[in-house]
Amino acid sequence: MRLGRRMSANRPADAGRQMNPDRQGGHTVTGNRPVPEQSGLERPVLDVRNLIKTYGAGETAVHALRGVSLTVQRGDYVAIMGSSGSGKSTLMNILGCLDIPTSGRYLLDGVDVSRLSDRQLALVRNRRIGFVFQSFNLIPRTSALSNVELPLAYAGLKSAERRRRARAALALVGLADRENHEPNQLSGGQQQRVAVARALVTAPALVLADEPTGNLDTQSTADVLGVLDRLNRSGRTIVLITHEPDVAEHARRLIRLVDGRIVQDARQAPLPQPRHLAQAVDA
Amino acid sequence: MNLFETIRFAIRGVTANKLRSGLTVLGMLIGVAAVILLVAVGNGSAKQVQDRISQLGSSTLTISGGGRSTGATTQDFSLTSSLVPALSDHGTAPHVKSVSPVVTTSEDTAYEGTSHTVPQFIGTYPSYLSAENYSVAKGSGFTQQDVDEARKVVLIGSTTADDLFGTVSPIDQQVTVNGTLFTVIGVLGNKDGTGFTDPNDVALAPLTAVEESLTGYGPLNQIIVQATSSDSVDAAQTEVTAILNDKLHVTDTANEPFRVLNAAQLLSTQADTAQTFTVLLGAVAGISLLVGGIGITNIMMVTVTERTREIGIRKALGAPRRTVLAQFLVEATVLSVIGGLLGVAAALIGSQFTIVGVKPVVVPASILLAVGVSVVIGLFFGSYPASRAAALRPIEALRYE
Ligand SMILES: Nc1ncnc2c1ncn2[C@@H]1O[C@H](COP(=O)(O)OP(=O)(O)O)[C@@H](O)[C@H]1O
Ligand SMILES: [Mg+2]
Repeated sequence: MRLGRRMSANRPADAGRQMNPDRQGGHTVTGNRPVPEQSGLERPVLDVRNLIKTYGAGETAVHALRGVSLTVQRGDYVAIMGSSGSGKSTLMNILGCLDIPTSGRYLLDGVDVSRLSDRQLALVRNRRIGFVFQSFNLIPRTSALSNVELPLAYAGLKSAERRRRARAALALVGLADRENHEPNQLSGGQQQRVAVARALVTAPALVLADEPTGNLDTQSTADVLGVLDRLNRSGRTIVLITHEPDVAEHARRLIRLVDGRIVQDARQAPLPQPRHLAQAVDA
Repeated sequence: MNLFETIRFAIRGVTANKLRSGLTVLGMLIGVAAVILLVAVGNGSAKQVQDRISQLGSSTLTISGGGRSTGATTQDFSLTSSLVPALSDHGTAPHVKSVSPVVTTSEDTAYEGTSHTVPQFIGTYPSYLSAENYSVAKGSGFTQQDVDEARKVVLIGSTTADDLFGTVSPIDQQVTVNGTLFTVIGVLGNKDGTGFTDPNDVALAPLTAVEESLTGYGPLNQIIVQATSSDSVDAAQTEVTAILNDKLHVTDTANEPFRVLNAAQLLSTQADTAQTFTVLLGAVAGISLLVGGIGITNIMMVTVTERTREIGIRKALGAPRRTVLAQFLVEATVLSVIGGLLGVAAALIGSQFTIVGVKPVVVPASILLAVGVSVVIGLFFGSYPASRAAALRPIEALRYE
C-alpha cells in the first residue's frame, strides 16, 4: 500500500504524456487543432465526436452507436449506465483503442487515434490506457505477478524494475500475498483486483473499466471500487460502465446511454482542481 | 522487448501448458523417429542382401521345379535323388564339385516337454553344408554313411538349440520329430539372415532319414549343385542343364520344366524383394510423417481459440504485433526443435536393435528429411494461426470462438 502510494506520487497525472515518444508525432499529424494550453482550459483526455458504430451491413446491420459526442477532462470519474445492448461496451472498446468506429472522430489527449499506425496504437494501449474487462481476461496458467508484469514487459522495462512495480501494484489492490497464485487459484474478486493492478501498473492517465464489478459479490465490489476511487483521488481519469446505481454513485459524472445515444449527462461531484492548472491561472 | 525477453516469454508459454507442449513434442518425436527408423530398416535389409551376394561368391546352383507336365502325354519331370549320380559324373559334368538333393519340411520338435516348430527341417547330403556355407560349431556333421544307413541324426541351428535345450548341451540328446526320435549330433554356426526367415532356426538331417520318417519318398524340393569355383559356375550351369534335359527326356528345351539358378540370380530376386520392401517402408514412413504432421497441426489448431484470446489480451495490454508474432514463432520453434531432436535420438537408439531380423542402417538424408518436414510443419502451424490472430483488432481476437 505504502509502496503504491509512493509510486503514484512519483508519477504526476500527465506522466503518460512524457512516456509516449510518439505523442509529438501524432500531434503534428493532427496539427489542425489549436493547442489549448494558453486558453487556460486544459485539453480533454477524451474527445469523441459523433461516433457511429454499425455491426454488419444491410438488413442485419446493428447500429450499436448512433452518434455519440463526449469530452472527458483530466481527473474526472465518469460512470456510464444503460440497459443491456445500449452500446456501452462498444463505446468503451473504441475508447480503449481495442476497436475502431465506423465513423466519427476520437481524440485521445488531442491525438487522432484513427491516424495511428499499429505500432503507435500498441504504444497508446500500453502507456496511456489501463483497461479492466468484465471477464477479467487474465492470461491462464500464469501467476498473478507475471500477469501484472506483462504491460511493463511490453513497455520495455527491465525485469527487476518490472517485478518491483508489479509487486507494488498488487499491494495496492491488497493481493501482495497472492502474487504466485494462478488465475484459477483466485476468487473472481481477486482475479478482478489482479486485472485492476495490471491496468494501473503502467500508471496510465486513463483507466477504462467495462462492468468491472458485474461478476462480483458485494465485498469484492467494494474492494475493487475502493481501488478505483483511490486511483481517481490520485489524479487518474476513470471511465466505468455499470449496471448498479450504487456503483455509479462513486463517480463524479453520470452518463446514460439508450440505443446508442447519450440521453443524460449529469455531474454528481465537481472536477478536482488540477494543481498545475491552478498555478497557470495564478500566473 | 528484446530477443532474450521474447525467448523467455516463449519458454514460459511452452511450460505454462505442459500437456499441449508434451503432445506436440510427442507427435513430432513419433513422426521423425518413424521415418528415420523405417527407412533405416529398409536400407538395412537391402544392405544385407548385398552383403550376402558378395559373401557367398556365386559358386552354387539351385535346381528347382520339376513336377508333372499336364500336356497330352503325362510325363514325370520330378526331381529325384536318382538324378544325383548323373549330375555328379565327372565325365559329363567336370565343373560340378558336389550335388546335394534337398527336401524341406516344417516339423514340430520336442525335447523333454519343450516343443518348438522348426520352419526349415532339411533332408540332404553332407555336401550341402559347404555348398550353403554352413559350419558346425559344436559336435560334428553327418556323413555319407549316415545317409546310406538312413541314421536318424540331426544338426540344429543355434536358434533351434536355444529354444529346445536352453542351457542344456544338445549334443547326443534325443529329440522327437513328429513322433520319431532323432539324435542331435551337432549345432550349426551362426549365419547372417537375408530377410524374414531366421537362418539359424533350421535342422539338417540325412535325406534318407527325413524321407523315411517324415516326408515320404516324393520329389525333391531342390538340388543344390556346387561348382568347382566361382569362375566355373556358368560352365557348370550349362552341363547341369544338359544332363537334366537328357535324363528327364525334355524335348522342348526352350521351355524347360525346371530352373537352374545361380546364387546371384537367386539373390537378385531377393534384392528385388528388399527393394520393394524399402519402397514400402518409405511409403509407411511418409504416412507416419503425415500423421505426425497432422497430429502437430491438430494440437496447434485446437489451441487456436485459447491462444487467439490470449493474443487479444496481449494486444489489449499494448503488445505490438511483431512482439506477439516473435513469441509464438519462438514457441513453435522450441517445440519443433525439441520434438525433432528427441525423434532423431529415439531413432538412433532404436536403430541399435535388430528389427524383424534386420539390422537397421540409418540413411542420413532421412534424418534431414524427417526433421526438416516436421520442423516446417511445426513452425507453420505454430505461427500461422498466431499471425492471423495478431493481425486482428484486439476486440476481435478477444471475442474469437
Ligand atoms: N461483434 C458484434 N457483432 C454484431 N453485433 C454486435 C457485436 N458487438 C455488439 N453487438 C451489438 O451491438 C449492440 C450493443 O452491444 P454492446 O455495446 O455490447 O452493449 P452493452 O455493453 O451496452 O450491453 C447490441 O445490440 C449487440 O448485439
Ligand atoms: Mg457490455
